[in-house]
Amino acid sequence: MNTSRTLISDADLRRGRGKLIYRIVLGAMAVAFVLIFLFPLYWMVSGAVKSPVELAQPVPTLIPHSWHPETFVDAWKKLNIGPYLLNTAYYALGGWLLQLTVDVAAAYALSKLRPKFGNVVLGLMLASLMLPASALLVPAYLTVADVPVFGVNLLNTPWALWLPGVANAFNIYVLKRFFDQIPDDLLDAAAIDGAGRFRMLWNVVLPLSRPVLAVVSIFAIIGSWKDFLWPLLVLQDPQTQTFNVALSRLAFTGYVTTNEMFAGLAIVSIPMVIVFMVFQRSILNGLSAGALKG
Amino acid sequence: MTTLAPSVSELAPPPARTRAAGRLRRRIADNLQAYAFLSVGLVCFALFSWYPLVKGIILSFQQDNFVTDPEWVGLDNYRAVLDDPLFLTAWKNTFEFTGLALLFGFAVPFVIALVVNEFRHAKGFFRFAVYLPVMLPPIVSVLLWRFFYDPGSGLFNAVLSGVGLPTSDWTQSPKMAMISLVLVATWANMGGATIMYLAGLATIPGELYEAAELDGASVWQRIRHVTLPQMRFVLLILLLLQVIATMQVFIEPYQLTGTTNPDTITVMILIYRYAFTVNNDFGMAAAMSVLLFVVLAAFSALYVRLTRKADA
Repeated sequence: MNTSRTLISDADLRRGRGKLIYRIVLGAMAVAFVLIFLFPLYWMVSGAVKSPVELAQPVPTLIPHSWHPETFVDAWKKLNIGPYLLNTAYYALGGWLLQLTVDVAAAYALSKLRPKFGNVVLGLMLASLMLPASALLVPAYLTVADVPVFGVNLLNTPWALWLPGVANAFNIYVLKRFFDQIPDDLLDAAAIDGAGRFRMLWNVVLPLSRPVLAVVSIFAIIGSWKDFLWPLLVLQDPQTQTFNVALSRLAFTGYVTTNEMFAGLAIVSIPMVIVFMVFQRSILNGLSAGALKG
Repeated sequence: MTTLAPSVSELAPPPARTRAAGRLRRRIADNLQAYAFLSVGLVCFALFSWYPLVKGIILSFQQDNFVTDPEWVGLDNYRAVLDDPLFLTAWKNTFEFTGLALLFGFAVPFVIALVVNEFRHAKGFFRFAVYLPVMLPPIVSVLLWRFFYDPGSGLFNAVLSGVGLPTSDWTQSPKMAMISLVLVATWANMGGATIMYLAGLATIPGELYEAAELDGASVWQRIRHVTLPQMRFVLLILLLLQVIATMQVFIEPYQLTGTTNPDTITVMILIYRYAFTVNNDFGMAAAMSVLLFVVLAAFSALYVRLTRKADA
């Protein structure tokens, strides 16, 4: 329904002068959005197919004169994009699975099983929301390099991303708040049927929690896909790097030509652009819900 | 629960003492089970959130070469950080970045959201376009803009000189460097704020505008007396979020102007330098982190308080 009233009434926008102004503003805004938000991406893709000579011209060409789609292949090979994308996908999916499993279990325990000192635990977890990531950067790096008690070095392993990723207070908070709204009666009914704690989680809580699981999943995956500073520190071995870190390293070397760099950037943009096109609604609505509830 | 499901044992009550013991055993078993569900999460929080916090504070009072035992040095690290001529530069630059980022990234998305919210057409397109850069990997937006900023063959100077305006050295010019960084960061991130503002605007009851209009309020008056008061909470939350996020700026200066350019050294860049480049001095890095934390904690605490209150 598009009838809810906003700042300016439908009637004002439909009448003579209002209609004219509305059309002008709408058109100007559309042009501005295309220029500001979409044109740079066109520039990236079209820059990739231009020749290096054409790219270096002081007056740029809007439409490529020469056409070199093979640049994408060159960039793929020279920048070694395949393995770096694979690394990143592996870290993102593994981290997502781990976060979902561990944080759902923890939030379920805090929300429904309510053990002694559960509130203290929750408070301590939420307190870390107040810790800006950067404040923990250096000590967290040293921790990962020599994990206390276990005495292992996680640097250059996926665990350096996965395990700190699990300690995500935002996930716990969102999940617990959602689980809190599931009536205890439903769980009690399952208990009468002889379901254990795990069956209750699996058969009752999780099927009801699809929306919140979707939101947590999407933001976990986007978050690790975009993460830069932490992987930069803990994945210094080029073999293990994400494409973000690898491209940052290679950008300084003059190892590839400008058009190849454009092609590389375009390639690594594709996965998330597709994800956005497919899941646009859930992503934007998840964000909106976050804004309203804080 | 018991009223709903009288268990067999309750139907035929055993003697009181064994019943109490049984209940205690049940309670312990329940708690053990709950903590089993919590265990992995708890270990991860302990190791990678709580322990680093304590370690960071301790480290800021120590000199540690990671070979011999760490040595307590009192406030030496803090003194060294404060004596660093780059200390004030880094804070000044960080506040400059945050201030400029607020100017662009806080106000502009609000105006955009205000306008887009009035559109009766193509709203989906506007939401999509403004959020698209947010979905790009940060390295893509930063490197893409690096090409735009190129003083020789970059798009910006080509356009500027094409329409007869003076060109700029952008990231390489001391005056424009910081603004250049803010522009990239704003382009890459403003989608989030815009979508959240739109969500907030959508919840303002239409009757309020209706009533204001009947009272003869102009569009500006409606914005001032209806929209702004109704959006106060969302605006405040986003203001805080943005301050917290932009004060930790890293990738833009790291990639566009480098870690040694005094025009754009920020607090995070300085921490990075202390720990991972020039001096490998984790003590100084930890001291600087604690200082940044203290500044940000005030904003964070306010943010958490506000959101928790709204929740209740």
